[in-house]
Amino acid sequence: MDMATNLPFDEMRPQPDAVRKIYRAYADWLAGVPLAQLELKRQEAEVLFRRVGITFNVYGESSGKERLIPFDVIPRLLGADEWRTLSAGAIQRVKALNMFLHDIYHKQEIIKAGIVPPAILANAQYRPEMYGVDVPGGVYAHIAGIDLVRTGENQFYVLEDNLRTPSGVSYMLENRKMMMRLFPELFRRYSVAPVEHYPQVLMNNLRAVAPPGVQEPVVVLLTPGAYNSAYFEHAFLAQQMGVDLVEGQDLFVRNNAVYMRTTEGPKRVDVIYRRIDDDYLDPLAFKPDSMLGVPGLLTVYRNGGVTLANAVGTGVADDKATYIHVPEMIRFYLGEEPILANVPTYELSKADDLKYTLEHLPELVVKEVQGSGGYGMLVGPAASKKEIEEFRLRILSSPTNYIAQPTLALSTCPTLVESGIAPRHVDLRPFVLSGKTVSLVPGALCRVALKEGSLVVNSSQGGGTKDTWVLQQ
Amino acid sequence: MLSRTADHLYWMARYIERAENMARVLDVTSNMSLVPNAAESESALWAPALEIAGNVEAFEARHDAYTAANVVHYLAMDEHNPSSIYNALRSARENARAVRVALSAETWENINALWLEFQQFFGSNLAESGLSVFCDWVKSRSHLFRGVSFGTMLRDDAFRFVRLGTFIERADNTARLLDVKYHLLLPDEEEIGGAVDYYEWSAVLRSVSAFQAYQKVFSDTIEPWRVAELLVLRDDMPRSLHACFDEITPILEQLSGRRNNECRRIAGELHARLHYGRMDEIFQEGLHEFLEDFVVSNNNLGNEIQRSFLNAAAA
Repeated sequence: MDMATNLPFDEMRPQPDAVRKIYRAYADWLAGVPLAQLELKRQEAEVLFRRVGITFNVYGESSGKERLIPFDVIPRLLGADEWRTLSAGAIQRVKALNMFLHDIYHKQEIIKAGIVPPAILANAQYRPEMYGVDVPGGVYAHIAGIDLVRTGENQFYVLEDNLRTPSGVSYMLENRKMMMRLFPELFRRYSVAPVEHYPQVLMNNLRAVAPPGVQEPVVVLLTPGAYNSAYFEHAFLAQQMGVDLVEGQDLFVRNNAVYMRTTEGPKRVDVIYRRIDDDYLDPLAFKPDSMLGVPGLLTVYRNGGVTLANAVGTGVADDKATYIHVPEMIRFYLGEEPILANVPTYELSKADDLKYTLEHLPELVVKEVQGSGGYGMLVGPAASKKEIEEFRLRILSSPTNYIAQPTLALSTCPTLVESGIAPRHVDLRPFVLSGKTVSLVPGALCRVALKEGSLVVNSSQGGGTKDTWVLQQ
Repeated sequence: MLSRTADHLYWMARYIERAENMARVLDVTSNMSLVPNAAESESALWAPALEIAGNVEAFEARHDAYTAANVVHYLAMDEHNPSSIYNALRSARENARAVRVALSAETWENINALWLEFQQFFGSNLAESGLSVFCDWVKSRSHLFRGVSFGTMLRDDAFRFVRLGTFIERADNTARLLDVKYHLLLPDEEEIGGAVDYYEWSAVLRSVSAFQAYQKVFSDTIEPWRVAELLVLRDDMPRSLHACFDEITPILEQLSGRRNNECRRIAGELHARLHYGRMDEIFQEGLHEFLEDFVVSNNNLGNEIQRSFLNAAAA
């Protein structure tokens, strides 16, 4: 952030008259394209997305009202060396988080070392059912979405880790396909690293974590069903990997194994890429009224009869109370210095931090420890006095439920909006895949806050997406 | 494949076929209404369309008169009629969406586009104008669906369940159409082969795209018993009962593998009746009885398919 002017860093033009090197060819091209033509491309994309059915249902609305996540036709660019740092940092982080998860469900050495407080074992996301359970390869978070934000030329922060059932990767892939269709000429000017092999990497990893001894593992993708807001992504990934897309009702447990009901009788399942939260996985173990899960699944899982990806109980590692300890985890488990920085965070369970936060509410972002999707948070600079005072009462009633962070001036990227091309705040979610190795494809979901000045990029709060181009040298 | 997936595929295809057949019935009925003195009254003209669809009672519970406007709306767009074209296409698309993984991308996009395009007809008064455009649209979307699935889908069980749904539904529709029309046109059993209304019978033929086929095959005046032969026993007539079972029987053989099941038995029996049957014998026993029996058996077959493949129990 430019402290003097408080202007956010712009990905294309850090200063009004300077275009960053990687954007030069794009800026030249853009200067020659009439706005009306870009708008036509945007409309074309919308028609195509509707036709392909890249839509999501809004709960409580009839099926005629399917929504599209807005797609912006102006890409976000990342240079090859920028990407090298980001991807090394994300891989480092996910390695440490997987080691942390193994540790916390086994010897708990990080607690003994005094790095993470024992209170973590009382966290609602800690699953005692997982204590002592060995998962294949020690991999817990097979798919991790690491949310990154940028505040300056060389300053990136990890905003949060998503280790449960992170979504959005289908937009990374579909946005690329769309851009290649809309602007083939740009792909001749730029050498953009391909991302299309993501489903193959994922599939290889899922096969690699099958229960020991299984030769030709049967992998399925478990979805809550066609009315889930991420259903398109579930269907898309299952199709790309060539695996069955199953619902809870398609699976059943017998003799310490999971089977699916097929037209030729029961068929054994070895690996379940599940897109259902822990709470709904098994009505016998978790929420008893869940209709989405499979009764008895957890028992089979604990006995090693089936692999779940991601593992049960990963939520304890992406909780905002755990987040603050991740840099220390990296030092503890890997003996390395963190490549990517955390956002400085105040823990409101600590008296000093609470005091500071309450005195500086208009400058801070306050988040619920277990909140997600942009709900339950206060963005100080954008809030009214009344909202701040209301939030102050919520914090005071249970300070341990909250953390606070300085309001980051998220970088902006030129975006096509009604008034023309204007800067809008963006973030970046690369997807880190863990199996025998930890890797990521050179790309990410870029989310953009379409409302002027807004810092909230979540699609549930009016955010859109952009294609992200990682440039090859 | 997953039983639930098979179930969605099968019903998706049935619903599209149902929509197409409904559109065919509406189209020819509407064309008949343009022929002077084609029927004694508006209700005599439109009531049979409901009989073919098999929902006379449900219609009467909602409407007091068989006007063109009422019947067309009920059969085409009424949300409360479970077999209206609206509901059939909606169900087809919902089923497809649930199993888009099992379809080729082109097939799914085609069905999704169908549903998006369909919305252009919402709120229009079809009985007043535009009914034939609408019916043509439904038919051509159904043709497209069959073409794109045939042209792009792997020949696996998914494809077989789609085809199975199409032909079970088509056989049912052709049998009902013929039964209702034969019954109405020839109230007196003795008159079989006697006087006919050329327009009515040519309309029946047109409703199953068989008018030209009839001319080619018989090159003669339109006789009801020949129409019946064409729609029941001719295996080269793509909407005939025989042609449907030429498709259904091998599909069930392939799906069953080495298993011997009730589906194969029922299908084999029906197929034999159509393959080896003779028209004069069918007439002797009564075409109406034959068709009624066929509709029941075909329905039993549908139930049996449901039981052995689609609702597969855990066992």
